[in-house]
Amino acid sequence: MADNTFMVEIVTPEQILFKNEVQFLVVPELNGELGVLKNHAPMIAALDVGVVRYTDPEGKVKKIALSGGFMEVIYNEVRVLAETAEHGSEIDVLRAKAAKERAERRLQLQDENLNAYRAEMALKRAIARLKAAEANIRE
Amino acid sequence: MAGAGVREFKRRIRSVKNTQQITKAMKMVAAAKLRRAQERAESSRPYTETLQGTLARLAALSTDVEHPLLVKREEIRKVGYIVVTADRGLCGGYNTNIIRAANDSIAADDRKVDAGIIAVGRKARDFYRKRSGLDAEFINLGDNVSYTDAREIAGYIINAYENEELDEVYLVYSRFVNVLRQEPTVTKLLPIEPPEQQKDAETPEKLIEYIYEPSAELILLTLLPRYVGSQIYHAMLEGKASEQGARMTAMGNATQNAGEIIDSLTLQMNKVRQSAITDEILDIVGGAEALNKGGK
Repeated sequence: MADNTFMVEIVTPEQILFKNEVQFLVVPELNGELGVLKNHAPMIAALDVGVVRYTDPEGKVKKIALSGGFMEVIYNEVRVLAETAEHGSEIDVLRAKAAKERAERRLQLQDENLNAYRAEMALKRAIARLKAAEANIRE
Repeated sequence: MAGAGVREFKRRIRSVKNTQQITKAMKMVAAAKLRRAQERAESSRPYTETLQGTLARLAALSTDVEHPLLVKREEIRKVGYIVVTADRGLCGGYNTNIIRAANDSIAADDRKVDAGIIAVGRKARDFYRKRSGLDAEFINLGDNVSYTDAREIAGYIINAYENEELDEVYLVYSRFVNVLRQEPTVTKLLPIEPPEQQKDAETPEKLIEYIYEPSAELILLTLLPRYVGSQIYHAMLEGKASEQGARMTAMGNATQNAGEIIDSLTLQMNKVRQSAITDEILDIVGGAEALNKGGK
C-alpha cells in the first residue's frame, strides 16, 4: 500500500502546515483542478485560491483551504507554497461565513472607494474556506 | 549627627536597587521574546528558501520573461528606503544604528536622487517625521511579527513602484548574528535581482525539464509579489530578533552597572557609618579620660 505514496509539504511563511505521505493530491491550478500521483513529471504550477484535496495512506480524503500560491513537483516530492493555508478541520465555519457575507455585501454596495478586486479575493478565500470545512463536517 | 548621611545613602541604594530589578526583569522578558522571534524566523525558512529556489530556477531558465518588478529603470528619480526599526527604545544602539545605516546609504548615493522613507516601527517614524522624506509609516506592529503586516507593506511598495513613485527600493534592517552582534544591513529589494542558482548542489537541477502550468510567465507574475513579501517578512523577523538581542545585552549591562553602583554606594555608606562610630568612640573615650583625670 505504501508504495504508491509520495511526500507532500504545504508551507506558509509562518509554518509548515502539512508534511506527510499521500496517495493522491488535487490542487486548484489557475486553469482548473490538477491531480498529482506518484512519479509525476517535474512541474511548477501557479495555484489559485481554493481547496487542496489529498488522499492519505489510509485512503481518507482530507481538505486544506489555500489562499493561492504555487506548487513544485520534483522526484516524488511536492511542495505547495501559499501565503495562508488552513486544515479544513480547523476552520472556524462561523467566521468564514461572516467573512463571506461581508465580502458579498461590499461587492453589492458598489462603493466608489471599494477595491473590487480585493473584495472579490476576500470572497473567494471565504468560499474556499467554507468548502474545505464543510466537507469535513459531512465525513 | 552622621546618621543623616547614612540615611541618604540608604535611600539612594534602595532607588538603584529598584531600577536594577526593572532592568533584570526586562532582560529576562527580552530573552524569552528573543527565543520566540528566533523560532518564528526558523519556521519561515522553508517558505523563503523554496521561493528563492523557484525564482532562481525560473530566472535562469527564461531570460525573455519581462516583468515590471524585474526591469531596471533607466532614469532614477526617487529611491525608497524601508527602514525597519523597533517601536520602543531601551535596546542600546539598535535603532540608532539602523537609522545611521539608512542615512549613510542615502548620503552615499551620488546620483542626486530623492529619497523616500517607508518607516516600519515607531522609532524610524519619529526620527524621519522631524525631517523630510517620510512617505509612509507602519507602526505598532507588536512583538509577534505577522506575515499579514509584511504583505501589507509589500502591497504598498509594489503599488508605489508600479506607479513609478519609486524607481528603486532598498530594505534597511538589522541582521541577527548572535545575541551580542546585530549588523545593520542595506539590501536592494526592487527591482528584483533574482538570486543565483546554487551550484554547489550535486543534483544537476538545470537538466530537469519542468512543466510550467499554466506558463512560466504567469508563475513569475504570481511569484514576484510574494517574493517581495517574503523578503520584507524576513527583514522584519531578523529585526525583531536583533531588537530583543540588543535589549537583552543593554539590560544585562544596565543590571551589572546598577550592581556596581550599589556596591560602591554601600562601601561609601559603611565608611561614613564607620567614621561616625569612630568619632563617637573618640568622644566617649575622651570624655571618660577627662572624668578619670578629674577623679584623681
